[in-house]
Amino acid sequence: MTNLNYTFTSRTRNITFGLMAIGLITIIAAFATDTVAPDGFTADTYHHTRTWANLLVNSYFFMGIALLSTFFMALQYVAEVAWSVAVKRVYEAISSFLPIGATIMFLILLAGQVHLHDMYKFMDNDIITPGNPKYDEVIANKHGYFGAGDWFFWLRTVGYLVVWCLFQRGFIKRSLQQDIEGGTTLHFKQMGKAAAFLVFFAVTSSTSAWDWMMSLDIHWFSTMYGWYSFAGLWISAMITIILFVLYLKRRGYLEQVNDSHIHDLGKWVFAISFLWSYLWFMQYMLIWYTNIPEEIIYFQERLHDFHYMGLMWTVFALNFVFPMILLMSRDAKRNYFFLTFVGCIIFIGHWLDVFMMVMPSTVHGQWHLTWVEIGTALGFLGLFLFIVHKALTKAPLMIQKHPYLDETLHHHY
Amino acid sequence: MSKVVIHAIYDDEEPLMASVKSLRSNGFQIKDAFTPFPVHGLDVAMGVPRTRIAICAFIYGITGTCLATLMMWYMMVHDWPTDVGGKPSFAYYMNVPAFIPITFESTVLCAAHGMAITFYLRSWLVPGAKAKNPDPRTTDDKFMMVVETKEENKANLESLLRTGGASEIHYK
Repeated sequence: MTNLNYTFTSRTRNITFGLMAIGLITIIAAFATDTVAPDGFTADTYHHTRTWANLLVNSYFFMGIALLSTFFMALQYVAEVAWSVAVKRVYEAISSFLPIGATIMFLILLAGQVHLHDMYKFMDNDIITPGNPKYDEVIANKHGYFGAGDWFFWLRTVGYLVVWCLFQRGFIKRSLQQDIEGGTTLHFKQMGKAAAFLVFFAVTSSTSAWDWMMSLDIHWFSTMYGWYSFAGLWISAMITIILFVLYLKRRGYLEQVNDSHIHDLGKWVFAISFLWSYLWFMQYMLIWYTNIPEEIIYFQERLHDFHYMGLMWTVFALNFVFPMILLMSRDAKRNYFFLTFVGCIIFIGHWLDVFMMVMPSTVHGQWHLTWVEIGTALGFLGLFLFIVHKALTKAPLMIQKHPYLDETLHHHY
Repeated sequence: MSKVVIHAIYDDEEPLMASVKSLRSNGFQIKDAFTPFPVHGLDVAMGVPRTRIAICAFIYGITGTCLATLMMWYMMVHDWPTDVGGKPSFAYYMNVPAFIPITFESTVLCAAHGMAITFYLRSWLVPGAKAKNPDPRTTDDKFMMVVETKEENKANLESLLRTGGASEIHYK
């Protein structure tokens, strides 16, 4: 069989380097120019907040794609799925971004701790000191979880990131070893590890979303939030997988992938976009219905206070109505053009969803969607694509030995 | 010219599939096939047209959406405007989030029931319907293909079936 190994052409490499350069220049320029506190902020409370918020949006989004690819990988092992073995290398390559994404995420949180930015209110000790003019009773009452010298927060943050990365590394290592050795011993070991990862991830997917995202609105809380952000990142990961599969297929790789595999990936995108819509809507509806001031503030900010309404409903339409109508039929899920088109649109849609999670809570009314936002996103995209392309070259795209190899080659539906 | 109906029995699904393909390439039409379990790709090999039940499901679903909307608009807005939780129903769109769960449930209910009922009626699986299976062994371990052809093609067909691996051939 031809084209077993992926070649990272210099053209593709130059494109990713170009994107990274755009991103780097944008970030530097943003830090240089984003110095004057806009309306609603004082010089004391504005530390390049727009730029930091952008970095947070992108680091969370791209780390999330890698993380949810790892989750999808574990899910395939535990559920003993055979069809996905054909595209195994693709989601393994996407998960390889996790260590780098986790490092960037960690650095951005650390920058908050050393007061380079103040997106996380609880990191400021004055706020929890009684008698201080900044004292905030609500935040002080959450001291046990956010605060207490911040050691608990950092224990959690480092714990999630390190354990996720270790699991991801282990999965890849054993998967490559299995390709040489074959047999079922390693496969069952993968299953056991995957089950352990899923248990750990079940808790930490929610708590990490609370710690890094929901804590931007530290007064507010929602029990749906963890699942909502989990579903958003999951669909982003599924779109990334499908776009990479289609890209490789067009370039003449992945001979083992037939229309039934593509159809199954399309079904995942369709199903998870419903999961996301369900969670988004349920969070919205319950808060809208009860209309309690301490809960409604989240949607008050996003719908009425700061002119986000158009963007908010655009995000919902892009991520729910659009894939529902376009991916409903069987033929659409097998059509490369349709899948690429819908995939690109909802990829942007879910990036905007993370944008909507972060911006109203950090820069409030002073939001933009111009060169800083787009440039930073392109920079992260370039880094992400570079790492994933590099990871694709590390192993033959065609699986050599796997217990389900025969079944996946004959996958027909 | 009289017609003959042939029941060919197979012991396995692979010879059945191969036979279906060879008969079709020789210009014969397969009338039906009876198997103990679903054989993947058999419908395509037999030339059965794609099911249109998905189109029915879509129509039933849309019907459910419309019925639910009409019902709630009539009950909650038009006939007896109700103020629940400080949200008076002056117009349907104002309280639309509250109506979404019921709209969804009604859509699913109509689509699912409509599909099931359509399927039963279309394949005439109604109470008291006679079993159409000509040989009860096809519910256990035999595979059967039903072919209808003209009297003059009988010999040709039979030789095709025999070489295809049919274990029994019955004329009806």
